[in-house]
Amino acid sequence: MAPISLRKLNKTYGALTVVHDIDLEIADKEFIILVGPSGCGKSTTLRMIAGLEEISGGELVIGGDLVNDVPSKDRDIAMVFQNYALYPHMTVYKNMAFGLMLRKAAREEIDRKVTEAARILDIEHLLNRKPKALSGGQRQRVALGRAMVRNPEVFLLDEPLSNLDAKLRGTMRAEIAKLHKRLNATFIYVTHDQIEAMTMADRIVVMKDGHIQQVDTPQILYDHPVNMFVAGFIGAPQMNMLTTTITRTEQGFAARFAGQDLVLPRHLDPRLIAPYEGREVVLGLRPEQFYERAPADIAAENLMEIETLVELTEPMGSEVHLGLTWSGTAITAKLSARCKAREGERLALAVDMSGVHLFDPETQRSLFAPEPVRREMAA
Amino acid sequence: MVIAREDYDIPVAVRRPLLTRRQRQRRATLVAYSFIAPNFIGFLIFTLGPILFAFALAFMHWDGSNAMQFAGLDNFWRLFSDRAFLTAFWNTLVYTLVSVPATLVCALGLAVLLNQKLRGRAFFRAAMFFPYVASLVAVAVVWNMVFNPEMGPVNMLLYELGIDPKNLPGWAASNSWAMVTVILFGIWKSMGYYMVIYLAGLQGISPELYEAANLDGATSWQKFWHITVPQLAPTSFFVSVMLTIQSFKVFDQIMLLTEGGPGTSTLVLVYHVYNEAFISWDLGYSSMVALVLFVMVLTVTIVQFRLTRED
Repeated sequence: MAPISLRKLNKTYGALTVVHDIDLEIADKEFIILVGPSGCGKSTTLRMIAGLEEISGGELVIGGDLVNDVPSKDRDIAMVFQNYALYPHMTVYKNMAFGLMLRKAAREEIDRKVTEAARILDIEHLLNRKPKALSGGQRQRVALGRAMVRNPEVFLLDEPLSNLDAKLRGTMRAEIAKLHKRLNATFIYVTHDQIEAMTMADRIVVMKDGHIQQVDTPQILYDHPVNMFVAGFIGAPQMNMLTTTITRTEQGFAARFAGQDLVLPRHLDPRLIAPYEGREVVLGLRPEQFYERAPADIAAENLMEIETLVELTEPMGSEVHLGLTWSGTAITAKLSARCKAREGERLALAVDMSGVHLFDPETQRSLFAPEPVRREMAA
Repeated sequence: MVIAREDYDIPVAVRRPLLTRRQRQRRATLVAYSFIAPNFIGFLIFTLGPILFAFALAFMHWDGSNAMQFAGLDNFWRLFSDRAFLTAFWNTLVYTLVSVPATLVCALGLAVLLNQKLRGRAFFRAAMFFPYVASLVAVAVVWNMVFNPEMGPVNMLLYELGIDPKNLPGWAASNSWAMVTVILFGIWKSMGYYMVIYLAGLQGISPELYEAANLDGATSWQKFWHITVPQLAPTSFFVSVMLTIQSFKVFDQIMLLTEGGPGTSTLVLVYHVYNEAFISWDLGYSSMVALVLFVMVLTVTIVQFRLTRED
């Protein structure tokens, strides 16, 4: 059993604090992904869990034991590094067996574990090669194998796919997800790629400037981002942000943009919108909320017609991304590949308002963020 | 206004006929040779010429003033009956076999130590490098004073530590200690230089390898043995080749510390070459000894290269 607790964990380098008192509970056998832009503190947090960085403050508890001062080797963890960190002078077999050899495991046991891991990862035929004779994907598998043979409670993976090409990344994403299910261990994974995070994680931790912004399942992060940063970071292309003014109309509250009242859906709590009446709020619309022809399953009351000018078309095969101007503001829309709009043309679109997001422009928080998260944000 | 071509005032020298492709190529080649010529001529006169002359001289009798006489293999056969040569050969081997691994180990140890985040690291690095750049004559004088058997601070310290005065080492003045003194001096003089080379090698090792080893449960010694040493193999190869060549050619410190003595206890090949050439004026025989030295250096280098390639 290896639940992990980070309690007010922080990391400072002199006067510079790079991780600020973060609290996080990771359940046993959970696949949790730390995601955020470069410099957000995600790798530092992972390295503190690994014992490769000294913890400046707070507590790290693994399996119920405080491990702040426990050496890496005694934490029952294994790590896969971004650049694999395979020992270049050792064969694949020795790379995988090295940890067991140092622990003076029996030769038969080493052989059995290495062979078993190699079989699972389909690298049995590479055991006598040295890392320089392997491709990026093969090295990645060896790095995973090295971690697996030790049978740890916790796997730490630091951007393990960032050196692979797009196709291989897709394959390895699926492999790692399968491996997690098979090994039945806790996985903590760091990436800056939100697609990796969305596709693999049980829960995602979004970080920025050493603070946790939000921790939740991929779908909740997508549907209910607590602030503009999370809203912008999760989802591709990223969410459109429009500065609007809240007005009261016959149909209820609306966000006025460029003289047009965009009526807000009824399910949004009016008590949370009312304080903003007459004030500016940021309206968040995901590119996939725009339609050339609205599907029948969207209630008519949630659809708004808008006029745009096509500036750029990016055909993606199954869909097309349009760079548009809406009353002078640049937005992005993701439409069906059937859309034949051309650059320079005017295009009328329907907006599905049922999935809108509203943010306070000063605090950048969602008007609907749950209270506990909002308190954490304020802190 | 349109200027007619004949209005230009083109000097006659500029109006050259068009060159054929072959002429252009020849011109380009000449320009290239003219760039390398100064260096190449210097190399011919001051390096290649003397080397070839020394090779030829090894098969001659010549005292530097009278006419040369062809000696065939006389000088070569003489090597086997020359006790001074055999002693010098043995002493050179001893010096090399001891000083090369010792300097390598000291330089590596120092580099590993001074690669840590220590207070005053830059000062210690500079201090260790200092003997290499210091004047050899000056440091040899200091070394002779420090290791003076009668009143040197080293023997005084050994005396204070309880060593019987009769058993105190005689250092450069003693038959049995002179080679040790010369070897210690050589190690001290050059380990700073090789430390710098090892430092560069150490800084090229990815820190992630050590982190991976930490997670694998390696101790400091295991990390050194299983990661640092193999990762520094190319550096160690370079250092060992350079040290071996340097040790075969050792001369200046012998000249300054012992002059090959006492007796022949520190007589080495290059010192023997010097003695034969400029004391005995037997330039042909001394060239033969130099040729033997050349073959030794060449053999060792080839063997080391082969071993590394196999590894």
